[in-house]
Amino acid sequence: MVPTNYYVILSAILFGLGVFAFIFKRNVITIFMSIELMLNAVNLAFVAFSQALGKLDGQVFVLFVIVVAAAEAAVGLGIIILIARNRQTLNVERVDLLKL
Amino acid sequence: MTAPLLVFFLLAALAVIGAVSLILQKHPIHSALSLIVVMVALAGLYLLMGAEFVAAVQIIVYGGAIMVLFVFVIMLLNAGVEEHTSLSKLAGPPGLLLVVALAAFVAATIAKSGAGVQAAAQTGALSSTKGISEMVFKDFVYPFELTSFLILVAILGAVVLAQREKS
Repeated sequence: MVPTNYYVILSAILFGLGVFAFIFKRNVITIFMSIELMLNAVNLAFVAFSQALGKLDGQVFVLFVIVVAAAEAAVGLGIIILIARNRQTLNVERVDLLKL
Repeated sequence: MTAPLLVFFLLAALAVIGAVSLILQKHPIHSALSLIVVMVALAGLYLLMGAEFVAAVQIIVYGGAIMVLFVFVIMLLNAGVEEHTSLSKLAGPPGLLLVVALAAFVAATIAKSGAGVQAAAQTGALSSTKGISEMVFKDFVYPFELTSFLILVAILGAVVLAQREKS
């Protein structure tokens, strides 16, 4: 029996690494992957608490999170293809059309 | 050290190594493969917690469908090694500060809660797949139907975004 705290701490570590990657990576695809990493970290916390409380609500929420992540991946990758086609780059620092 | 704890630390180490590798890799395809390692490790953790349906969905949807989409787009765009630009030098220190502050906040919250969430008396046979199906199709039936609409709109949006405009 693994204590719930361990799962929550692992979830926090993964979420922190996701935030770090989100801020410091330059490639828009990698940034998008770090968002998926953060969603995974949250899912882990959901399942851990679901197990700790003995209720299944958390696992149902995880299913919905996965559905939303799939929809987000489809739309987000479409946007990335558009960016690559229009700007000829995947570097987020070169996508600066709104900058003065 | 008991066997479940050993498996937990093994899978947790695998997940953290995969996440760190995602950050350190320069090529997006290597980052994608690292992310798949993280997802498989998390699926193992779900199995360890007795959430076998979520583990299967994690492998099939995340490790399968979503990551194939990522790899497909990386190949399609012929994404090369990440170029190193530092156009916004200002963003570095505040970003690092933000990450440290977030980590400290989360750590403080966990430390404060302490043993607040005690592992409840395990009901043993939670029968998770049957229970999940009952919840999804009874208690959460309207959100469930809404997600089908969401998927439809997302796919339409992706098709509209990605099609070449005719000129």
